[in-house]
Amino acid sequence: MTARAVQPSLWHVLQPKWRTARQRLREARERGGWGRVSILVTVGSLFWAAVYKILYAVLKYFRGVEDLGPLLAGKLLGLVLLAFVSILILSNIITALSSFFLAKDLDLLVSAPVDWLRLYLAKLWETVIHSSWMVALMIVPILAAFGVIYDGGVLFIPYAVLTILPMLLLPAVLGAALTLILVNVFPARRTRDLLSLIALGAAGGVILIFRLIRPEQLARPEGFRNLLDFITVLRTPTSPFLPSEWATKAIMSYLRGSIDPLPLVLLWTTAGAFITFGALLHRQMFATGFTKAQEGAERFVRGTFWRWTVGSLLTPLAVAKREFVLKDIKLFFRDTTQWSQLILLAVLVVVYVFNIKALPLHRGEPVGFFYVNLVSFLNLGLAGFVLASIAARFIFPAVSLEGRQMWLLRSSPLDLRALLWSKYWVGTVPLLVLALLLTGVTNVLLQVSSFMMIVSLATICALTLAISALALGYGALYPQFETENAAQIPTSFGGLVFMMTTVALLGAVILALSQAVYTYVRAMYEGHPVVIDAKMIGWFTVAAAVCAAATVIPLKIGLKRMEQFEF
Amino acid sequence: MIRLENLTKHYGSFVAVDDITMEVPRGLLHGFLGPNGAGKTTTLRMIAGILRPTDGRVLIGGDDVHKKPLAAKMRLGFIPDRPFVYDKLTGAEFLRFVAGLYGQEGDAIDRRIAELLEVFELTSWKDELVEAYSHGMRQKLIISSALIHRPEVIVVDEPMVGLDPKAARLLKDIFRQFVGKGGTVLMSTHTLEVAEAMCDRIAIIQHGKIVAEGTVPDLRRQHQAGDASLEELFLKLTGGAHARELAEVLGR
Repeated sequence: MTARAVQPSLWHVLQPKWRTARQRLREARERGGWGRVSILVTVGSLFWAAVYKILYAVLKYFRGVEDLGPLLAGKLLGLVLLAFVSILILSNIITALSSFFLAKDLDLLVSAPVDWLRLYLAKLWETVIHSSWMVALMIVPILAAFGVIYDGGVLFIPYAVLTILPMLLLPAVLGAALTLILVNVFPARRTRDLLSLIALGAAGGVILIFRLIRPEQLARPEGFRNLLDFITVLRTPTSPFLPSEWATKAIMSYLRGSIDPLPLVLLWTTAGAFITFGALLHRQMFATGFTKAQEGAERFVRGTFWRWTVGSLLTPLAVAKREFVLKDIKLFFRDTTQWSQLILLAVLVVVYVFNIKALPLHRGEPVGFFYVNLVSFLNLGLAGFVLASIAARFIFPAVSLEGRQMWLLRSSPLDLRALLWSKYWVGTVPLLVLALLLTGVTNVLLQVSSFMMIVSLATICALTLAISALALGYGALYPQFETENAAQIPTSFGGLVFMMTTVALLGAVILALSQAVYTYVRAMYEGHPVVIDAKMIGWFTVAAAVCAAATVIPLKIGLKRMEQFEF
Repeated sequence: MIRLENLTKHYGSFVAVDDITMEVPRGLLHGFLGPNGAGKTTTLRMIAGILRPTDGRVLIGGDDVHKKPLAAKMRLGFIPDRPFVYDKLTGAEFLRFVAGLYGQEGDAIDRRIAELLEVFELTSWKDELVEAYSHGMRQKLIISSALIHRPEVIVVDEPMVGLDPKAARLLKDIFRQFVGKGGTVLMSTHTLEVAEAMCDRIAIIQHGKIVAEGTVPDLRRQHQAGDASLEELFLKLTGGAHARELAEVLGR
């Protein structure tokens, strides 16, 4: 007996994902109440408002420049959309690998009588949503500013949606096709390692090159021989074959009141052709690729390196703590998606030090003593922020990543204090080394006095201890046990609250210290001897107390929360 | 050895475990049966100290699992139903890590690891990352980890799932030997033949309450079941009518 299966609609195939997302939102709302929603809405609105305001001011200025204005605005939009397309290609490659080859629902879908086209379209749609939602949200205030400045009217909204949608689809199709080919060559898990490495390496390289060529110099008109050269550069398309350029042309032509249908046609026909070719490729290669994706990475590991090095150093510790630290280090360095983030970290540090070096403070003329100390002081806040971003990426997810194994930790006699202790120091020690290096090197570059050097180093030590504790505490307070991808954990609600608290901490400590440092700078400036009086000591004590509280309280709260975890 | 006193667990308004009192003496293999969603796993996870009871208490060797957790857990080996382990550790590293959680290390533990890997036929896989292990191999690794510190009590949730017949037989022998040497096993299972053949006593839980407890002959006597098999007894106690309805639906 043969029966042709009635195919489910595309919506039917996507429904479980949609329902799961809705349920997660509902649970999150129930757990955090309206407070959580209002914080998210406030932060999101503030961010949108800031992007809108900045762009509005820039575009308003451009509009005032005769002839050149629209060219400058178009160039700016082209660059922004080009950056978005680059981000989209990278994120789609990573997302497509998860949704097409590693997702949990694939066994069910592949074994059910769902035809290849529905499977492809459902998974493509899933990839588009997962990888593009952030870019889509970012585009809203940007296009709003363009629409308002150039009087786009209400019709500009559907026109912009019509333009941006194919621009989001194209990188997704490309990412899915590229992943499909790679999976057919390498096992999926090995491909994931490879892709994270390539993606992060590429992203790091782009940031580094972009910073090292010092784009701020290009903005100086004296760099161009004459106005004609400048206009020629502005008129030259950034990349004539990229969808970002077509989208820019479509939007700018609409805003200038002379709609050119060609870019829009190009966008939609290319998207249509890409989806067709992508679907055909999927029909040819998915079955083989999916089979290969079931293969493991097949890697034998001796693992004696860490035992001999770190293990020997940790000998004085209790065996449970030692094994826990060793385990955390091994897991980190064996997971490419984890350690490859170090590439971005290295880039961030190089860019940071480069920026300090590029400051025009020591250029022959006598340096303003006040400015050097001011920069050195503000440097503490910036370094603190860099450390907070790193802590959000590496320390904040530590508790969440234990989720699936919590049965083992909770049923063993491991004291949760020891677990928290191990997590804290595994994260804090490298962060402390980095903090001291970052502050020390930048202070040497700035040629600060010994007083400022001591104050900076002591403060950054105390701040690092507090930032690590906050990251771990908030990580325990807002765990993400369901997430399979560690990279998504820092962008959760808890990650946001952690960053907000850390900014508040940095503000409080810098405010307290500024009182003491001001006394010092003023005395030096006026040529008086520096007197370390009760007031100065008092402010130092306040800063130390704030850091101590920000270290102890989050760890205590985190421990209490972990004791209540249920699995 | 294991004592549950008025053990209760609520999830919001849902009562998963409802005022259970039960004792498992030393040197006994005690079966814990019940239909899906009856409260077996919740009870076992409370015994292992993973879940906190809403009310009541769990004593292991006289120590309250939630008031004196370290003392109680030192005696315990827990085998969960789902074998989640660290994917990026090798089998041998995982066992060494678990031994470390119980404060054990050194040559004796290295020998014990080698011994357990040999028994469960994992020696050739010991230096391979767990991510490459099959479900059954992970299950064997978790069973090894529960035995590594030589516990006095083993609490095990669905031990036979994913095991090949040889490993299943091995596990039965290990449990019997363990009990023979004075150890205590509390085991939940859906395989009623295994429960009937292996268990000294059996408790049946339904809707969070113990509905029957004793040896198989005791249960037959208590429920006037003649010489019915454990399967028939189980269906009688937990709603066999449902099974008949199900058979009718499937047969349609």
